[in-house]
Amino acid sequence: MRRFLSGNHAAAYGARLARPQVIAAYPITPQSPIYEKLSEWDSEGVLGARMMRVESEHSAMAACISASLTGVRTFTATASQGLALMHELLHFASGMRVPIVLVNVNRALAAPWSFWSEQTDSLSQRDTGWLQFYVSDNQEVLDTVIQAYKISETVFLPTMVVLEAFYTSHFMEPVEVPEQELVDDFLSSFQPTFKLDTEKPAAFSQTVTQSEYGKFRVHRQMAMEYAQEVVQAVDKEFEERFGRGHGLLECYRQEDAEIVLVTAGTFGCTAKVAIDELREKGKKVGMVRIRLFRPFPKLRLIESLKHARKIAVIDRNLSPGQEGIFCEELKSALYSRVNGIPVFGFVMGLGGSNVSPAHIKRVFGITERMQDAPLKPILDLEDGNGIGLS
Amino acid sequence: MEMELDYHERDNLYPGHRACSGCGEALGLKLVLQAAGKKAIAVVVPSCLGIILGPYPYSTFKIPVFHAAFETAASSAAGISNALLAKGDEETLVIALAGDGGTTDIGFQALSGAADRNENIIYCCFDNEAYMNTGIQVSSSTPQWAWTMTTPQGKTRGKKNMVEIMGVHKIPYSASASACFPDDLRRKIMEAKELKGMRYIHILSPCPPGWRYEEKLTPNIGRLAVETKFYPLYEIRNGKEYTITHLPKNLPVEDYLSAQGRFKHLTQKDLEIIQKEVDTNWDKLKRRESQN
Repeated sequence: MRRFLSGNHAAAYGARLARPQVIAAYPITPQSPIYEKLSEWDSEGVLGARMMRVESEHSAMAACISASLTGVRTFTATASQGLALMHELLHFASGMRVPIVLVNVNRALAAPWSFWSEQTDSLSQRDTGWLQFYVSDNQEVLDTVIQAYKISETVFLPTMVVLEAFYTSHFMEPVEVPEQELVDDFLSSFQPTFKLDTEKPAAFSQTVTQSEYGKFRVHRQMAMEYAQEVVQAVDKEFEERFGRGHGLLECYRQEDAEIVLVTAGTFGCTAKVAIDELREKGKKVGMVRIRLFRPFPKLRLIESLKHARKIAVIDRNLSPGQEGIFCEELKSALYSRVNGIPVFGFVMGLGGSNVSPAHIKRVFGITERMQDAPLKPILDLEDGNGIGLS
Repeated sequence: MEMELDYHERDNLYPGHRACSGCGEALGLKLVLQAAGKKAIAVVVPSCLGIILGPYPYSTFKIPVFHAAFETAASSAAGISNALLAKGDEETLVIALAGDGGTTDIGFQALSGAADRNENIIYCCFDNEAYMNTGIQVSSSTPQWAWTMTTPQGKTRGKKNMVEIMGVHKIPYSASASACFPDDLRRKIMEAKELKGMRYIHILSPCPPGWRYEEKLTPNIGRLAVETKFYPLYEIRNGKEYTITHLPKNLPVEDYLSAQGRFKHLTQKDLEIIQKEVDTNWDKLKRRESQN
């Protein structure tokens, strides 16, 4: 059924269709509409899950971990400060190998206070052992939440589905909401081999020796590496059943492009407009949008970028003292296999300022003119609303 | 012999665990797990309980147990309880086991939240009155005057009264108990098992290395805490019905305090002040009980 939904409500529909049995959440702008929508369904008796209205995001994650260990499907959603508060338990969740699905609405971290979009909240959780998807529109939000359960429950790692404050969370678009039966057929019920069960008593998360710790970490790394295959297989099956796939990356007019833009999230949509306009003027430009960030799809990225003459990266995030995080990750992936493609790292739209098509055209222009890629990020933090109007 | 076999059958804690000799907490834990029964799932958080639980791949618990993050005893137990209810299991007991630091300090927010939502769990705080697992650092459950590694001159502020704090959350059951009053402790767990919702039991657990006394004295020290009215045994139902569950012998507090190295710096004048405070608190408790 086609509905007119915000990104937040698309996330809520995705979660409901996956039939989690325990949902634990805490309000935070701009995630609250997800929590409110689920609560509304709960009060109408159609949610089918136990709603825990906990006193903090930390407790939300703690409850999801232990509920998942008890053998039920779980869901939570948060943003920014809430994700940062969960940080300790994000490590714990992946260490416990529980397949929790979390929707994070990217919001800038304090201080100073800001409510608008920025990816630093989730990107600074990159080493917690969670799969991370960065999505670009509301249909992709819903589809990715459903896919995430299947992926997580196959590899026994938790998944974070990341959308952007307001640009995705509150912006409304037509979204195809699949029938419950189709989703039920796609997702089998969650049946973990090990769980807290009085019939089979066991201790979970015991203290280990140094060498045992290393073995647990090797297993998690193997699961992460395997997850990339699973993401592809699940996406393929999803496409067969629902008629839509989203891939590890989204490539747009990049095959013959001399300058390829690499970015993530909603910049991917904006960039297509800029690329179409530049192509009309004969500029050979294209884009690769990173959808799966953890595990990082290195090989696919290298394959899609190896013919580029120059690469520009736009990050709506910044690792202080270094550069944009997608840029850093991309360079690290390219270094082992591809030499000599200069990578121009732009940091834009911090704190939610707008990045317009004209703004992105300017990025292509700067990249074309510059000879050597600077070691520092190119900070272009002007609000894109005014660019190109005069 | 037959009785003994029966006793071991009921036991849910294996022998050979790693608690210090004379550990009051291990004694309390054994009693709690016995009373909880086999149809129970436990959450343990970092504390001496984690040491007693033992290292991978072993466990001294005979029931399923999750060694969760420090501040999540209540929230983790609540997650399990909700998962069981989602599966239609109303029978299995969920029991959170934490130390005083994990309860009165770092886990306080999660505990208050769980109490506010009246989560269906039994929460046991094993109170040895400091961070003993990390080597005797002060907690908000350390009594006033007590020496710890981080209060070398004695603690200046009083002990947080968790039984009262949980009582004002209007939960079905909040009680103080002691590892050294086994029958009283067992009865309280059994009573709690009959109720639904949030049940809180605070268990004083004497600690030889932390309180500075000889291992063999644990039962005496624990009993003196109660018999001097320093630590009264009582319960609060629904935040208002008070019942004192053991009438103390009204021994002087000096008997309790002078038996422990952590209070050895106290002067006669200090002891008089403490005696006065203990008497006042006892009168208050008696008044509350009579106002039921």
